[in-house]
Amino acid sequence: MQQRALASSLTGFSMALGVALMILVIVIHEVTVQQFSSDAQGYHLIVGGSKGGDVQLVMNTVFHIGNPLYPIPYSYYKEFIDGRFAPYTKAAIPYCIGDSFHANGWRFRVVATTPDLFDKISYGAYDDGTDKHYEFQSGRNFQSDHFFEAVLGSVAAKKSGLKVGDKFQPTHGMSAEGSKHVEFEIVGILKPTGTANDRALFINIEGFYLLEGHAMPAEDGAAVVQHDPHAEVDPNDPNRGRLPLPEAQREVTSILVLCNNDLGMMTLDQAINKGKDRTAIAVKPGYLVQDMLDKIIGPVRLVLMVLTILIVIVAGISILVSIYNSMSERSHDIAIMRALGASRTAVMGIVMVESILLSLLGGLVGVLLGHFCLAIASPYVEAHAGITLRFWQFNWYESLLIPGLVIFASLVGFLPALTAYRTDVGRSLGGGR
Amino acid sequence: MLLLENVRKSYREPDGELLPILNIEHFKLAAGEQVVLRGRSGCGKTTLLNCISGLTAVDEGHITIKGNDIVGLHEVSRDRFRARHIGFVFQTFNLLPAFTALENVLLGMTFTGQKTDSHRAKQLLEEIGLGHRLTHKPASLSVVAQQREDIARALVNQPSLLLADEPTANVDPAHQQQIIDLLRNACEQENVAMLLVTHAPEVSEQFDRVETLEEINLAVATNPSP
Repeated sequence: MQQRALASSLTGFSMALGVALMILVIVIHEVTVQQFSSDAQGYHLIVGGSKGGDVQLVMNTVFHIGNPLYPIPYSYYKEFIDGRFAPYTKAAIPYCIGDSFHANGWRFRVVATTPDLFDKISYGAYDDGTDKHYEFQSGRNFQSDHFFEAVLGSVAAKKSGLKVGDKFQPTHGMSAEGSKHVEFEIVGILKPTGTANDRALFINIEGFYLLEGHAMPAEDGAAVVQHDPHAEVDPNDPNRGRLPLPEAQREVTSILVLCNNDLGMMTLDQAINKGKDRTAIAVKPGYLVQDMLDKIIGPVRLVLMVLTILIVIVAGISILVSIYNSMSERSHDIAIMRALGASRTAVMGIVMVESILLSLLGGLVGVLLGHFCLAIASPYVEAHAGITLRFWQFNWYESLLIPGLVIFASLVGFLPALTAYRTDVGRSLGGGR
Repeated sequence: MLLLENVRKSYREPDGELLPILNIEHFKLAAGEQVVLRGRSGCGKTTLLNCISGLTAVDEGHITIKGNDIVGLHEVSRDRFRARHIGFVFQTFNLLPAFTALENVLLGMTFTGQKTDSHRAKQLLEEIGLGHRLTHKPASLSVVAQQREDIARALVNQPSLLLADEPTANVDPAHQQQIIDLLRNACEQENVAMLLVTHAPEVSEQFDRVETLEEINLAVATNPSP
């Protein structure tokens, strides 16, 4: 290796690149799976309108992707608070989705909800099993009786440039061309969670109901609270003189339900999905997300892994070719060692060790290179996807790389090692008869 | 110390015919004895050295060194025996270019199955005048220095037998005698038997015993141009 430093370095580097790619695929897949899985953690069920599918419900509620669903009546939500579902419910968080916010070329989903989302629901768990609770990097949670307060996810705050004390106007609908609603004041910015909520803006659901076009038509004979925009308003009134929208005029897009226990979850699942009332469907997001991961990300990962394994194999073959091509010039050195008493198996072993060393060193450099790339890409990925990649973010699959490389290098080195084994000492030492 | 009995070796020609190279009925070398072996090119000198060292397997016969018939030894044992008991001095030195002088000498100790003794290697290099060039690689040494290094490597395991294949062939006449003196003195000091192949009459005339391979190798008679 020392004699052929350049060739050895280049072949080792090709192995390093292959391994680095493999590391990137492994870690990014792991982080993506974690991200998707943790997004759907912290509650047991998502309840949404029965006209939409379960995938659409999860994509919309958990990942903030896709169009809003068919809503369910507010009275259905109340069943979880003080109605027939309440005995099985620990917390029920309503979601109203349909508005957006546009800033610096980015579109963010505006989610109307209650403060309970950040107080009663966790997002994933630490390695020791304890729940991860939402924390604020600045400000506080919005108050339920302050209708026009909002909280921002970390990525949304970073990209939009908004901070605590700033105000923003949600846009009606998902298009930037939609009409602007009244202003909401930002009272808190969440710490990064690594979930889709990092990319969303959360407003008080009470304020949402009061926005134009969000109230359902009142039933015949029901009292409708009309708001006079020209009425004098106390400047210290956080609700700008507005009263809550009557429950009869309210709807919710979906409900996150944290059950008392697993039995409660099964009971609610049965009652909602198999009961006579087919107003809503209930989805276990963990199962569905896992199913999606298996069906969508699993095959993609498999293809990427096959490609990177092929790259590593090509790198291994380049090591084989490099060593094999140098065998004619090495035969002299091998013959010298044989003359000095080295056995055939010893010289065979020396070639094998070279192959293993090249692969291992290349592999180790590849591991470092892969993690270095992760560290370099981390700020960009965190800013755009809310996923934090760290240099030391190791995956247990990586521990299989070392024994895998040793076995692979042994296979690769076997052919040149066999040539070394068969070296004709007399001829290689340049002697005559 | 070295005894050859009815040693035969043939090579197969491309046309399938067997070409006899060696046919030696009896050849003996006493412990510490220094013998010159000469002969015309192609008469089997190098093959004989390779057979004695066990690098080339003989077709039949016995080669006994220090009471051990190396022909009957398993190849691995023969390699180990060679490492411990036989030193090689080559015409082209055969030093590993990436290794320093000390590392090349230590390489000679690597395959004995015993721990390498860098003190012994350094001492030997100092004795042959290379003590100040331990870390020099062969390319930075003169031809004579390289041959000295080769000799140090051959003697580092205190072998019983030294096989020297035209050790002065690549050395200019001015330094030829230095190499011969070094070899002879070192072998005398360490009581090493030496079989030295040379074409140079000025070298062979310094030895008490000079053997001509054509005379002891019957294959030359049956095959005039082996």
